[in-house]
Amino acid sequence: MNTIHIHDVSLRDGSHAISHQLTKEQIIAYCTAANNAGIATMEVGHGNGLGASSIQVGLSKLTDQEMITTAKENLTSTKLAIHVMPGFATINKDLRNAFEWGVDLVRVACHCTEADITERHISYARERGKEAIGALMMTHMASKETLLEEALKMQTYGAEGVVLYDSAGAYLPKDVHEKISFLVPNLNIPVGFHAHNNLGIAIANSLTAIESGAQIIDGAIRGFGAGAGNAQLEVLVAVLQKLGYETGISLYKILDAAEIAQEKIIKELPTINNLSIISGLSGVFSGFSKHVARIAIENNLDPRDIFIELGKRKVVAGQEDLIVEVAIELKNNKINNLKH
Amino acid sequence: MRKKLKVAILGTGNIGTDLLIKIMRSDYLQCTAFVGRNLLSKGMSKAINLGVKVSDQSIDFLKNNPELYELVFDATTAQQHVMHAKVLKELGKIAIDLTPAKVGILCVPSVNLSEALKDDNINTITCGGQASIPLAYTLGQVHPNIEYIEVVSAISSKSAGPGTRANLDEYVETTEAGIKYFSKCQKSKVMLILNPAIPCIDMQTTIQAIIKNPDMVRINLEINKMVGNIQKYVPGYRLLVPPTYEGGRLIMTVKIKGVGDYLPSYAGNLDIINCAAIAIAEEFSKTKIN
Repeated sequence: MNTIHIHDVSLRDGSHAISHQLTKEQIIAYCTAANNAGIATMEVGHGNGLGASSIQVGLSKLTDQEMITTAKENLTSTKLAIHVMPGFATINKDLRNAFEWGVDLVRVACHCTEADITERHISYARERGKEAIGALMMTHMASKETLLEEALKMQTYGAEGVVLYDSAGAYLPKDVHEKISFLVPNLNIPVGFHAHNNLGIAIANSLTAIESGAQIIDGAIRGFGAGAGNAQLEVLVAVLQKLGYETGISLYKILDAAEIAQEKIIKELPTINNLSIISGLSGVFSGFSKHVARIAIENNLDPRDIFIELGKRKVVAGQEDLIVEVAIELKNNKINNLKH
Repeated sequence: MRKKLKVAILGTGNIGTDLLIKIMRSDYLQCTAFVGRNLLSKGMSKAINLGVKVSDQSIDFLKNNPELYELVFDATTAQQHVMHAKVLKELGKIAIDLTPAKVGILCVPSVNLSEALKDDNINTITCGGQASIPLAYTLGQVHPNIEYIEVVSAISSKSAGPGTRANLDEYVETTEAGIKYFSKCQKSKVMLILNPAIPCIDMQTTIQAIIKNPDMVRINLEINKMVGNIQKYVPGYRLLVPPTYEGGRLIMTVKIKGVGDYLPSYAGNLDIINCAAIAIAEEFSKTKIN
């Protein structure tokens, strides 16, 4: 039977959905339940990963240390993972400590054309005897050839897998197939896929990824993630069970974990609202949605206009400061139009 | 005619080559050696075309030809500069370090130029540091003891060569140290984003600060003055979003367009750190020679 590795991003991507306000009680409750259900790896942290708490992308309630140690204390068989973006987190300030606090696996992430900035973080993790996976974000923006080139770099640096992120929820199943099936035979390491549900096809895209050869699939409980959310983890488990794949996860127990998460963590279940649809269509990072909504209200603008303008400017994750700039420009245009 | 200070450039990547083109225009500096490791690199061909003496023997060439130059611009990497710094010190040469190695005094020309000239190893911090520190310093002059300052820069992928990419951690840590040192704020955080969009984006830096009851009138006045001072040596520097108080934070954004010497004008990051390095070297030339 084929084995699929499910990587749980609820307590990292989900942080975006609650403006990075996870509490210790929430981490304890969900880690305990997920560990019990047989989740293989659990990612914890600020939505943008280690060392990312900032005005720019949002300040988190807990420190990295509090989130990581709390999770570690409540995971026995599940591996503890973090997301790290070079340019945000450094080895000396952040990654070294994270390993001291008990992290087992690190996803070293970068924009999909910038893999060479991940070399030092990946090598460092491997030298410390930890698992390192390369994470290429916003992959809808690059061709399959470019993605392969970048993935090969990560493989050379020592990555033990490469995951393609559909950070904007912009993929259609045919895009998933085209890119994953091109990478799989050309790499010696497992390939993964990280879906967002902006266009309502996160599960379908994840299945397409598996049929195209992906072995690692990211999911979040109840879909709890940025914007419209991720591939809904318990649905993935059920569908994979029906298709005859092995995940090592107990369906009943993960359904119980979903109840717990819904009761204790998820204030609003992820839905595909109008903004998610526009954000997916314009190919803008899902993590922008809360910021755009807030700044649109403050400036009395239609948030859809902001998303479309951001899409035209091809913004990447981390460029949240551009939202204010775009808003001011749109507001000035509006005032000028009224004058004429 | 004015006597020019003889300078060598170590490192023939994007930064070193752009520096060379700028020095060719200087009334105070003359580039007498352009050294790296690969005679076939783009930068080397450019230097050969310009009729500048080149060598692929890197620091060894400088060791063996000390009579050629008085000052060295090091545009290699932080790791290499640590070794180069020792050699140059023994030779009694001035080093202007464009890597984030932080061996010598940190210098932003619009803030501490004359103080920095007393040292023989001067660090130009980082491109994001040159863009943001003068503004952070200004905020610190208006409001002593600022709680927190955060800086995020976005640069075009094409403008970030292999040295820059290998030094991201040093970039972050050196810029954070610079922000704290010059603004005297309690805590700083720095981030760098590489953006691959085509057409290439211009370098942009946003400074955000947590300040209780900011004096916006004075801040705007002083920031505008400082921007004027920076523009004297970085012509493409401009305030895109003036100091704005929004959602409990102070935010301002600057855009840096390059002059378009070696890389096109989007590479403001190259321009600003090189303009700073040249401003320092020219000041040396003015005070030490003439």
